[in-house]
Amino acid sequence: MRKKVLWALGLVALALGLASCAPHATQDTLKAQGPYAQQIKSLFVPVFWIAAAVFVLVEGGIVFIALKWRHRKGVNRTPPQTHGNTRLEIAWTIAPALILAVVMVPTIATIWSLAKPPPANALNITVQGHQWWWGFSYTDADMKTGYGTNAPISTADVMVIPAGRTVYLSLASEGGALNGGVAGPNPDFQVIHSFWIPELAGKQDVVPGRTNHILIQADTPGTYYGQCAEFCGLQHGKMKVRVVALSPIDWTAWVANQKLPSDTPTDPLATQGMDTFLNPLSGGRGSCIACHSIGGTTAAGTAGPNLTHFAAYTHSCFAGCDWNTSDTAALQAWLRDPNAVKLGSKMPNYHLSPDEINALVAYLKSLN
Amino acid sequence: MADVIADQHAPAAKAEEHATTTGLPSTKLAMWIFLASECLLFGALITTYLLYRGASKVGPYPNDVFDIPYTSVSSFVLLASSLTMVLAVAAAQKADLIRMRIWLLVTALLGMTFVGGQVYEFTSFSNEGLKLGTNLFGTTFYVLTGFHGLHVTVGIIMLLTLTSFSQAGRLPDDQGFSVEMVGLYWHFVDIVWIVIFAVVYLIPTGPPGGK
Amino acid sequence: MEGPMASVIEEGGRGLIRRPSATTGFWSWFTTVDHKKIGLMYGGSSFIFFLIGGLEALIIRSQLAGPDQHLVTAAQYDQIFTMHGLTMVFLFVMPMSAAFFNYLIPLMIGARDVAFPRLNAFSFWAFILGGLFLYSSWFLGGAPNGGWFGYPPNSTTDPSIGMTFYTLGLLITGIASSVGAVNLAVTIINMRAKGMTLFRMPIFIWMGLVVQFLLAFSLPIITVALVEMLFDRRFGTHFFDPTAGGDPILWQHLFWLFGHPEVYILVLPAFGIFSEILPVFSRKPLFGYQFVAFSGIAIGFIGFGVWAHHMFAAGLGPVANTAFGVSTAIIAVPTGVKIFNWMATMAQGDLHFDSPMLFAVGGIAMFVIGGLSGVTHSIVPADYQQTDTYYIVAHFHYVLFGGAVFGLFAGMYYWWPKVFGKMLSERLGKVHFWLFVVGMNLTFGPMHILGLQGMIRRTYTYPATLGLTFYNQVASVGSFTIAIAMLVFIVNVLKTARHPKGLENEDPWDARTIEWMTSCPPPVHNFDEVPEVHSLDEFWHRKYTTDERTGELIRIPAGAAPEHDPGHEAAAGHAIHLPSPSFWPLVAATGLPLLGYGILYSWYLVGAAAFIILVGFIGWALEPSVAE
Repeated sequence: MRKKVLWALGLVALALGLASCAPHATQDTLKAQGPYAQQIKSLFVPVFWIAAAVFVLVEGGIVFIALKWRHRKGVNRTPPQTHGNTRLEIAWTIAPALILAVVMVPTIATIWSLAKPPPANALNITVQGHQWWWGFSYTDADMKTGYGTNAPISTADVMVIPAGRTVYLSLASEGGALNGGVAGPNPDFQVIHSFWIPELAGKQDVVPGRTNHILIQADTPGTYYGQCAEFCGLQHGKMKVRVVALSPIDWTAWVANQKLPSDTPTDPLATQGMDTFLNPLSGGRGSCIACHSIGGTTAAGTAGPNLTHFAAYTHSCFAGCDWNTSDTAALQAWLRDPNAVKLGSKMPNYHLSPDEINALVAYLKSLN
Repeated sequence: MADVIADQHAPAAKAEEHATTTGLPSTKLAMWIFLASECLLFGALITTYLLYRGASKVGPYPNDVFDIPYTSVSSFVLLASSLTMVLAVAAAQKADLIRMRIWLLVTALLGMTFVGGQVYEFTSFSNEGLKLGTNLFGTTFYVLTGFHGLHVTVGIIMLLTLTSFSQAGRLPDDQGFSVEMVGLYWHFVDIVWIVIFAVVYLIPTGPPGGK
Repeated sequence: MEGPMASVIEEGGRGLIRRPSATTGFWSWFTTVDHKKIGLMYGGSSFIFFLIGGLEALIIRSQLAGPDQHLVTAAQYDQIFTMHGLTMVFLFVMPMSAAFFNYLIPLMIGARDVAFPRLNAFSFWAFILGGLFLYSSWFLGGAPNGGWFGYPPNSTTDPSIGMTFYTLGLLITGIASSVGAVNLAVTIINMRAKGMTLFRMPIFIWMGLVVQFLLAFSLPIITVALVEMLFDRRFGTHFFDPTAGGDPILWQHLFWLFGHPEVYILVLPAFGIFSEILPVFSRKPLFGYQFVAFSGIAIGFIGFGVWAHHMFAAGLGPVANTAFGVSTAIIAVPTGVKIFNWMATMAQGDLHFDSPMLFAVGGIAMFVIGGLSGVTHSIVPADYQQTDTYYIVAHFHYVLFGGAVFGLFAGMYYWWPKVFGKMLSERLGKVHFWLFVVGMNLTFGPMHILGLQGMIRRTYTYPATLGLTFYNQVASVGSFTIAIAMLVFIVNVLKTARHPKGLENEDPWDARTIEWMTSCPPPVHNFDEVPEVHSLDEFWHRKYTTDERTGELIRIPAGAAPEHDPGHEAAAGHAIHLPSPSFWPLVAATGLPLLGYGILYSWYLVGAAAFIILVGFIGWALEPSVAE
């Protein structure tokens, strides 16, 4: 029995020692970076310590009893034949009930606090889960683009928000305005996802046919990482998302930029890429614009991510945020055969030639 | 070990079988637990129907296809079969085997009339454009009533088996007990139909927002 | 033995076909209706499923041992984690519990068999055929890949055949469990020995009764959900199809309305085993017997009212989240009560740490961790962060591995001599135990941290940048430690099987309950003479009495107690009537997987299967339970 205690202590020491070597986790639920995540953390941490105290008491009690009353060879002891003690049993029924009752008070308060309606100045964003990437649509009246049909600003994979301001997310799965404001059922949205940025808020499911809401806020500018938390099929593990929080100045500039249509490239390679993108591919291989839209051009597809500002400095990742936009090789590999890098991707292999790929990459990199 | 089995005498086995802790026959107890379990089965199906009532996005809607007088008659037939079942049990307990078999057959015939009516109803709904996959109404209606129809069919098979076993002299001496057990099941299925009839037919709905 | 019996059968042969008569030999296992043989078959087959589920777990842990690994593809991984969950829940813990219930309930309540022996055989065959049906999907286009929870629309729109196998396979094993539940509940209620009142029943029997009712009332709900999903997948209905107005959340309600009671179905048998083992190895009665029994019943009732705590992030709204948070906190109370009662049972005892006791105490210690992390789920906002992360994986493995699996192994070490007449090696048992404890804590302990650091569940890989590599490596090392522990157990079993020596003492643990009042292994009729029960822990009270003056225990001299009387025994067996072997349960059960394949592939097969089931049951009905 003493061995068990030593084992346990040794393991704890080992774990703590090695834990200090572990690198920083980017989705740490206990590293709250905004008021909503902080409310949850402030609730969980004290409960954790209460649970830890109960853990030490109960496990300590078990070890103590096991050691103290263990049978020793050669000692014949007759234990008292106690059948129970009603008073004692009532006491240890009431004690945990009281502890739980105490804990439930702040719990219920926090449930309702997190469910409060958003403040008047909150930014509204509609979030849509696709297999397997996230789309965002900025639905406020002052967030409409200045071209075409004045659709809301929309992005994919990266959600840009103003730091220090509450964002009210509508997690819609059907009929929400996205990619040029086209509404209506889209089979691509028809599985459940869960939107989760651990450092900013708890998770909330995105359920087809329903609209859920959640409040998030980042206190300081920076990048926050998250991913889909509800199993949604083959590439569930690679359905990541980044939230970029900007300072007020940067935010204003970002919004102004997003309202503009895409740049028309001047570089010849990029121009060639634009041609490839906007026109049907030779040999009946299909066309990019069937699924993608690029503001200010004829590209107005809605099934895939909006690429209008693909190369904006905030748009750091693509295709479920598993690859960095700056990584030319990754972009090329993606265009060569999306399913080779991400099996199950809805984007088919268009059998693009190396020249076409280089031109398309150049075009995409010009879209900032 | 072998001699233990070879050396069995039926009467002693019976004596032991009947000495249950509660005094209730185990079969009856099992039937009650089974029926309680079945309540939850139909409960979940009826709940599904109610939750989706009026949620269909396209027609036909209940008001478009239901023929309430027709279904009322077939419901009455099923209810009448509960009465004949009671008569069968009563006859069995009086050891009036001829009458028992007659009433069992009548019960089965009434049940078959009901199921036949359901088949006709399904066919005519289908002809009017309501298929299993047409809308949520078709989905929930066919699965709920079909599940019930399946239960009635199983009941009919039990009734017919019971009658033919009785005719062939292959039932244990206490025939009343077997009949009573099948009767419990039969009454349960009838009661469930009353609930389904009320929920599905008596509070039907048209298209969402309409009527 | 063949001669006289065969003639008996032919004379009385009233069935459709000649009745099987052999009670020994290979083929007798296919027709047996003996609860002990059926229990052994449940145990053996579910143990094999446990090993398969364990291999799946090892593949999972190997894949996750490092970032961006590609030992298996995403598609394979989804099938493996789904089958790991389904196997461990439906094909290991449930049937292994059924093995214990089948073998022990009649022995512990003093019955000759269960209430409906042939129905019992049917349950077993339906379970094993359902399990094989589910596993046949690997060879017929792919195993289920939507998780054991099978949330639609993902599971209803997935084009592979796996999730259709999931609905049909679970329906078949569900039929097995429902039938078994009714049978065992009736057995406990109606087949008790003289004097065995409800409050003289061992706690294991109480927990068994609660589990059977939980099964009887929760399985119909999942049955409906599965039928609805099957129709959505196979027949074009729209139950969970949002484009037609259906609501995927309905599935979640139905699934968890079953799924949460299911957790107690998995863990209460272990609670029963703990409650039997602790008093024996503490040489003390269970502290607060009635309290433990009532808390089990309370858990059963409240267990139906907490399901939506699996759905706190689904958007049910603050009212529902508050209500289910509170109910989840409430159910922690009767669970906690049991822990304290167990501790008080041990306190002041004379604790003998033989293998069964080690597994019981270790299991309780591990379950406490799972219980405490469970309480943190009632802290609803904390659950917004933790749900669908490895924190949950850690939690339920502490509950199910720490609670259920430790409990089942405790029971195996404890009742092994009863069932096989041989003791498992104590030395290997202790090695097994310590490897188990270390392995499970290494595997599942770090998962708490992984979850809090943001590792989602059901992910086939993770990038190095998430900073999750180290604890995943620890968990993978731990999983192989558990595998080694299992090898030690298998070696122990094989060594014991080859060991020719039987028991020196048919009461090796100085036990308290009446299953130890018959030989090891028990005769086919269980008891030569069913003991009349006068108190809880009947056997103990026949062995010991308390000195009224000093309060000391005094052992009643062996001859004084009417335990074994060899002369009596020879005479006793003769008047006992046991149900005879039968083909029909197997025939009827065979129809179920055929029905499943029929729904998948061909309406002709459906007809054939329905015919086989009908013939099976009619043949069954025509055959008297006891051959004449």
